[in-house]
Amino acid sequence: MSGLSPGFHGRGRALVDRLPPGQYPTESFPVLSIGPTPRVTTDHWAFTLTTETGSRRSWTWEEMMALPQERPVADIHCVTRWSKFDTRWQGVSLDVLLEEAETAADFVVAESFDGYTTNLPLEDVTDGKAWLAHSFDGYPLAPDHGGPARLVVPHLYFWKSAKWIKGLRLTVQDEPGFWETAGYHNYGDPWREQRHWNDA
Amino acid sequence: MPSPPSGASAWRTARLLSREPQISTGRTLRFTVPDWPGHLAGQHVDVRLTADDGYQAVRSYSLAAPAEGDTVELGVQAAPDGEVSPYLADVLPIGAEVEIQGPLGGWFIWTPRDAGPLLLFAGGCGIVPLMAMLRARRAAGSAEPCTLLYSARSPDEVWYARELADPGPAEEIRLIYTRQAPPGDPRTTGRVGAQDLAGLPEPGSARCYVCGPTGFVEHVADLLQTAGHPRELIRTERFG
Amino acid sequence: MPHDPAAFRLDGNALAGPLAPVFALDPTTALRVCPACRMQATVGELHVYGPEPGLTARCPGCSQLALRAVQQPGHLWLQLGTGQGAFRFTLPAAGG
Repeated sequence: MSGLSPGFHGRGRALVDRLPPGQYPTESFPVLSIGPTPRVTTDHWAFTLTTETGSRRSWTWEEMMALPQERPVADIHCVTRWSKFDTRWQGVSLDVLLEEAETAADFVVAESFDGYTTNLPLEDVTDGKAWLAHSFDGYPLAPDHGGPARLVVPHLYFWKSAKWIKGLRLTVQDEPGFWETAGYHNYGDPWREQRHWNDA
Repeated sequence: MPSPPSGASAWRTARLLSREPQISTGRTLRFTVPDWPGHLAGQHVDVRLTADDGYQAVRSYSLAAPAEGDTVELGVQAAPDGEVSPYLADVLPIGAEVEIQGPLGGWFIWTPRDAGPLLLFAGGCGIVPLMAMLRARRAAGSAEPCTLLYSARSPDEVWYARELADPGPAEEIRLIYTRQAPPGDPRTTGRVGAQDLAGLPEPGSARCYVCGPTGFVEHVADLLQTAGHPRELIRTERFG
Repeated sequence: MPHDPAAFRLDGNALAGPLAPVFALDPTTALRVCPACRMQATVGELHVYGPEPGLTARCPGCSQLALRAVQQPGHLWLQLGTGQGAFRFTLPAAGG
């Protein structure tokens, strides 16, 4: 196939230590969407944690904001090949939200107001690896980036960082989500380039 | 075993024959595509580019004219931050090849057999597939009335300006300028409004085709339905 | 209802190419009756979000999920309706 579209390189893909394979760095913050942006207001917002036995614990916006706040700075990597360095978030560590949950589950499903779901191993959202974020770059998170609050799990491809999150469901069985059931990798480690279903 | 590619799903090698500027960011590109099966006005193709490392990118472009043998004409507008369109618009060398899949789409099409007046509404580079309809209509010598309402930012943003300045029989071209009009244009600049639809054929008889950016398409489709045009006779195509 | 024009850039006409390898007939003229709002729309009229990471097509009336299509080298994943579970089609080898 050589000789096709000569001089076409796609977007520049620089070799940088911080850049996972197949990614290019961007200064912008692209918006990818699967549907209309849901209008979620903080006065009707609640975050609900549901365990595998069905017991629930919910936080209103004010209750969530009163929890200990962290300011993680992280590189994020989208499966569509852009990476963005040093993104600055503010939010609550999932460790805080999961602290009192009594569970034997090994997995979580993040559920969003727009119907989106994504699955993660519980160990990937604990020990300081994941946040419920409500601010980006010092400002309230914009609706098209998932505001008022989204999940941020920087060490996995960014489709795992569900926008407009409304809760986490702890599950004993792994339950692949919106993209994981449609050909994307179940785990999504950018450093192992786990983009598609059967990538190693 | 998958069957060999055939028909519209096949990827064909297409050689760039010529590139002609339309507006500052818009180009007419002609490709030679061996064994091109022909196409209908309103159809599009997907263009696939392949980088040296195997990375591929695919984008859709409308066919701007009826095929002439193995030659097809596309309209390409370079998007400011685009990955594919600036390459096609300004970089791909004459004589070089890309891959093309098509012709594609059976919904947003018009053929001379479609009876009734024809109403075309173009926003910006949404003119491209509608120009194919206008050209197909001229080629067929259709006697049905046709109005093209074309919304452009300013006179230098008008594609196919020379061709549109010379309307064919039973054909009316209405140019709507949103930012800057030529001297003497009686219309105040601004987006298409209900008054711009005055004097069009009766709702219920005319087929309406609307193509452009999403905001334009939604707005014009709303205007048409408010004016009484039934939804079944309104076909839309959105450009990014 | 809840479509916001700024958010989606495409419509179902854009599905013609990605779906062409797995349909014998052009899919964009196929009619769908939305099970949620009863609106009738052809595939060409659906609101489509994407193309990346996948093409998500929704009812133009109520935004209910109509189909998802994910293109990967050599494969097309196609999921119809709101449910879980996509079908993976192996595409003909390139360069044919």
